[in-house]
Amino acid sequence: MYAFELHKAKSVADAAALIAKTGGKALAGGQSLVGAMKLRLAQPGALVDLSGIAELRGIRREGGAVIVGAMTRHAEVAASADVKAAIPALVALAEGIGDRQVRNMGTLGGAIAHADPAADWPAAVLGLGATVITSKGRHAADGFFKGLYETALAGDELVTAVSFPVPRKAAYAKFRNPASRFALVGVFVAQAGDGAVRVAVTGATATPFRCAPLEAALAKSFTADAAKAAKVSANGLSGDLHASPEYRAHLIPVLAARAVASL
Amino acid sequence: MSVTITLTVNGKSVTASVDPRTLLVEFLRNELSLTGTHVGCDTGQCGACTVHLDGRAVKSCTMLAAQANGAEVTTIEAVARDGELHPMQAAFRDCHALQCGFCTPGMVMAALDLVAANPSPDEKAVREGLDGNLCRCTGYHNIVKAVQQGAAAMRKGG
Repeated sequence: MYAFELHKAKSVADAAALIAKTGGKALAGGQSLVGAMKLRLAQPGALVDLSGIAELRGIRREGGAVIVGAMTRHAEVAASADVKAAIPALVALAEGIGDRQVRNMGTLGGAIAHADPAADWPAAVLGLGATVITSKGRHAADGFFKGLYETALAGDELVTAVSFPVPRKAAYAKFRNPASRFALVGVFVAQAGDGAVRVAVTGATATPFRCAPLEAALAKSFTADAAKAAKVSANGLSGDLHASPEYRAHLIPVLAARAVASL
Repeated sequence: MSVTITLTVNGKSVTASVDPRTLLVEFLRNELSLTGTHVGCDTGQCGACTVHLDGRAVKSCTMLAAQANGAEVTTIEAVARDGELHPMQAAFRDCHALQCGFCTPGMVMAALDLVAANPSPDEKAVREGLDGNLCRCTGYHNIVKAVQQGAAAMRKGG
């Protein structure tokens, strides 16, 4: 790999200051970043390792929300009895990320800051209307994911935690790319405590989005049949060697129906 | 630039000065001569480089050596004890779960992590648990059998 500087941050404030000073990137679990650097798809001149910051780890229930620290690993979410009791969909989602080794290193904060277009966590953040808590404040899920690998985070702004409101019910279903284990398409469906329905889709475009036709269909009738009958346009969806826009458009209601049926 | 790291590798404390770009697998193989940990794809797909970091299976080609600072690393070299194969290794031999053997160290390390979490995995759990490890020879069938046999031997305390 090419040469870079490495700094270990002692606190969130220390990390933000080091990133501002060096113009470098935060290193969370590194499961995307280290691979990208090896291929020189990313070439930061400095990395700031967040793994020594204890305040970024852990899971707690606070009122009507589950708060997951940014450096909490996918495997820790998957094994959390608190998350399982409050939002089992997050356990199922975390269990399906990458593979066992990736889940043991990769983190929630790293995944959403990286904003891979086919990542699983963004679907949950958007589908539950979560709040992204950062070193500078808070971001609503709507508007957090801006584009391909692009978020509303400033260059020296760190995700510290995500607050997921506990829904009445929620589920995630994905069609997995068997080689990369990323979502060819993933759909997160949720019915909030007040009955409002949100449906978020990942893998289908450069950035996750809420699917209006599915939200309307499921608001009328929160059933698999209603989801399957919804029509999703292929306009603007991604096409690549794995799937055409039309195929992705077809998968969205199918996966939404599978998610609803799993409840 | 270099950074100083201190970690425990196979029970022994190691302190070294490394270039930040050093991957954990490079450190293990080139600095410590622990060449049982293999580099297969070098892109985090194949799992041949799997080691344990504080007891959890991780891919040592997709992490920096500095990320293991302060941690306990276990490689395939520390799995057998006193010249006796570990029951999981013995099961791989008995079940003919390897042909060329290149993926085997990673398979065994991933299998041990899997069995630590689920001491009695069914076939589906083994196949899902080894999702991050590729084998190009065996077709996996005998690897799955070996992991189940190894798990059974470990339950008996073998």
